[in-house]
Amino acid sequence: MSKEPIYLEKIQRSLVGRYRTERVFRGFGMLAVSLGLAAVLLVFVDIFIKGTGAFSATYIALDVTYEKDLLGIENLADQRQVNSGDWEALYKQALRRDFPDIRKRGERRKLYALVSSAAGYDIKDRLLANPGLLGSKETLWILADDDIDSYYKSWLDGNAYTARLTDGQIRVLDTLINTERMQLHFNANFLTRGDSREPEQAGIWGAVIGSFLTLMLTLVLSFPVGIAAAVYLEEFAPKNKVTDFIEVNINNLAAVPSIIFGLLGLAIFINLFQIPRSIPVVGGLVLAVMTLPTIIITSRAAIKSVPPSIREAALGMGASRNQMVLHHVLPLALPGMLTGAIIGMARALGETAPLLMIGMVAFIVDIPAGFMDPATVLPVQIFLWADSPERAFIEKTSAAIMVLLGFLVTMNISAVWLRKRLERRW
Amino acid sequence: MHANDLLLLLLAFAAAAFYVGRGRANHIAKLAGGSRQLHSLPDYHGHYTALCCGLPAVLLLILWIIFSGHVISAMVLDSLPAGQFLGDPGGRELLANKIANIAQGVLPKANQPAILVAAAEELNRLTQISRWSVTALASCVSLVGLIWARSRITPELQSRPRVEASIKYALFFCACVAVFTTFGIIFSVLFESLQFFQSVPVVDFIFGLEWSPQTAIRDDQVGSSGSFGAVPLFVGTLLVSAVAMVVAVPIGLMSAIFLAEYAHKSVRAYAKPALEVLAGIPTVVYGFFAALTVAPFLRDFGQGYGFSVSSESALAAGLVMGVMIIPFISSLSDDVITAVPQSLRDGSLAMGATHSETVIRVVIPAALPGIVAGIMLAISRAIGETMIVVMASGLAANMTFNPLDSVTTVTVQIVTLLTGDQEFDSPKTLAAFALGLVLFLITLILNIIALKVVKRFREQYE
Repeated sequence: MSKEPIYLEKIQRSLVGRYRTERVFRGFGMLAVSLGLAAVLLVFVDIFIKGTGAFSATYIALDVTYEKDLLGIENLADQRQVNSGDWEALYKQALRRDFPDIRKRGERRKLYALVSSAAGYDIKDRLLANPGLLGSKETLWILADDDIDSYYKSWLDGNAYTARLTDGQIRVLDTLINTERMQLHFNANFLTRGDSREPEQAGIWGAVIGSFLTLMLTLVLSFPVGIAAAVYLEEFAPKNKVTDFIEVNINNLAAVPSIIFGLLGLAIFINLFQIPRSIPVVGGLVLAVMTLPTIIITSRAAIKSVPPSIREAALGMGASRNQMVLHHVLPLALPGMLTGAIIGMARALGETAPLLMIGMVAFIVDIPAGFMDPATVLPVQIFLWADSPERAFIEKTSAAIMVLLGFLVTMNISAVWLRKRLERRW
Repeated sequence: MHANDLLLLLLAFAAAAFYVGRGRANHIAKLAGGSRQLHSLPDYHGHYTALCCGLPAVLLLILWIIFSGHVISAMVLDSLPAGQFLGDPGGRELLANKIANIAQGVLPKANQPAILVAAAEELNRLTQISRWSVTALASCVSLVGLIWARSRITPELQSRPRVEASIKYALFFCACVAVFTTFGIIFSVLFESLQFFQSVPVVDFIFGLEWSPQTAIRDDQVGSSGSFGAVPLFVGTLLVSAVAMVVAVPIGLMSAIFLAEYAHKSVRAYAKPALEVLAGIPTVVYGFFAALTVAPFLRDFGQGYGFSVSSESALAAGLVMGVMIIPFISSLSDDVITAVPQSLRDGSLAMGATHSETVIRVVIPAALPGIVAGIMLAISRAIGETMIVVMASGLAANMTFNPLDSVTTVTVQIVTLLTGDQEFDSPKTLAAFALGLVLFLITLILNIIALKVVKRFREQYE
């Protein structure tokens, strides 16, 4: 009895330290969660800051005169004349008129380089849409080259980036800025065009369409097969070695690195089955094989969540197993399966590595029109742009990432919404 | 007729067969005195007829699609005089491609050797013949199937069990697709790897210390014999993965503990999905982030303190990869921690242990197998991760354990070896498959062990 106070005292004394450990431990936990959340925030903010610029592009106001002689065109209806017309001469003349003191050949070339190489086509489209303008004069906002775009945007931020420009060009640009003939406009090209070597003309629409076609195929191939496999494993499969083997296979495939699926696609689909490279068909096949395990696993969970009483009631009423599954279990499990499919598709949308193996990294300008056209997909487009040396592509890459993340967020939110909306609690 | 059109035609036949079968069943039912006299409902007889009509024909068509191209091209090539393709298999394939291109009009006929043009015409002729014959054959098969099934319809015919059995087989087939995929992977990787190991011995590949896959295009080129010692790649992969795990394991585990044991319900409801956003970000985005934000930051930071940090350092790639893996570890650990029975915690708390003591001495040891399995899955993910390292780490195969240096990994080399313009049979591209084999085996072993452990852990507490 006499020893008890000493124990208590010991415990009392140790409590201070133990409570401190408790607080430290708890603090570490909080720190870990905050670090994780900070990482999420950092990635999003970094991409956002880098990418917003790409949604606007620098335009230069030039007084363009649609002179017939300069163009070498008499009649706008004549296709051959239109095609051979010297459309670039129009903006070149406008630039010469605005900066008459630049006479040397090299300097002139630098002056013309201020304008995007696509400007001639833009002027052509403008005139063909309004043939009445031929011979008249108007002020046009003309797309600037990507270096000018970088310069103007950095100048607006107060820290002009001059590395790729000559002194003469900078003087011209300052004149243009001072006379308010340089402006940022919404960059519609970025959302409507295909890829280009020139950053100011590059757009993501081709990649978006490529992604869409590829994902359509992925969904059409993997969703029915995945559901069928899940139904078999949950409702029909006998408990034996074969079933175990199938299950082990599915679980392992879900954890196989995605690049291995690319090797599979290359060796089987391209070399053995002779499907052409770079087309959505082969991309869709590879992604379907890759997402199949995910879809099977989520579909099984959805089927499992249907209570056995439903099955027993159906069987008790004299339904066959097929009727029970088809008429009762499947409709009740479908919302869960759809959610799983959307999440699987979101994963497939972000996947890059296997598509590199099957040639979807090609530089493709045209917007794909079908499943057999060469195409690229959004993440691969991001990879290609991230590899490009031009500074302006950093902005484009970030903006493309924003678009990709936008799609992913939409898909995930719709999955959550769908689950909330259609979920049934038993 | 083209394969797609033929498929549509056969499906139309099958649809028609359904109505024929059902009509026949209705008719027989009427004669027998109502549909109750039939063993199966008329619809099932319809389905049965449609299956008998469509299934054999479609299988025939699929076999034709798979084999006809190869057979025809082999026939054409064998009809050519010997010596056209110097006997090596690559030359044979090239020639077959060339002939096919001439036949399809991709290559103009005008400036090709006459013998190839003749071969192309032969190819076109054979293709025509085979198309017409398969069309005729498949139509016959489906009609015969239709007539046979229709003639068998009687009140006693057990259509429903048959239709349901075939549905079950179809479902089983779908479940087997996963198995086919595994075999496909093993076949494709192993087959090419074996070819690779014929030119480079296995021992040299696995234990060799030098990696420079540049092989000579011409025999007289110097300094490009190509060496395929994969140890530097393994070291690089391990280094990057180790950095990633150093980041991900503590943060992931501590987050899981905090969210499962300490956090208020409402905090958990928001923080958990927010952390899982990290798992939903595409890896190419992480790669971009690593290459353009983290790597330059680390380089400048290192310079400020007098370290030389490579701009493609293993550290940058590893850090970002670690961030990517955090939610992976945290959600797997969260699962196992919440699966530990509450009675264990209650017992510990009742003995006077503080909350952290309970977690460290009771909950974690109880959950350890599951946590270890989660970490193993995460390691397998880190090893197989491609885009981050492709974009943020280098190509130089340095043998170093210094995370500030640039290293290359197995996945980076697979991508670089296969994305160039390469002849398929060169040791360079085959090396990529050998690396793929190693990658597949390592991740497979990690996964199998981890999944086993998780399964046993679940059974223990359920």
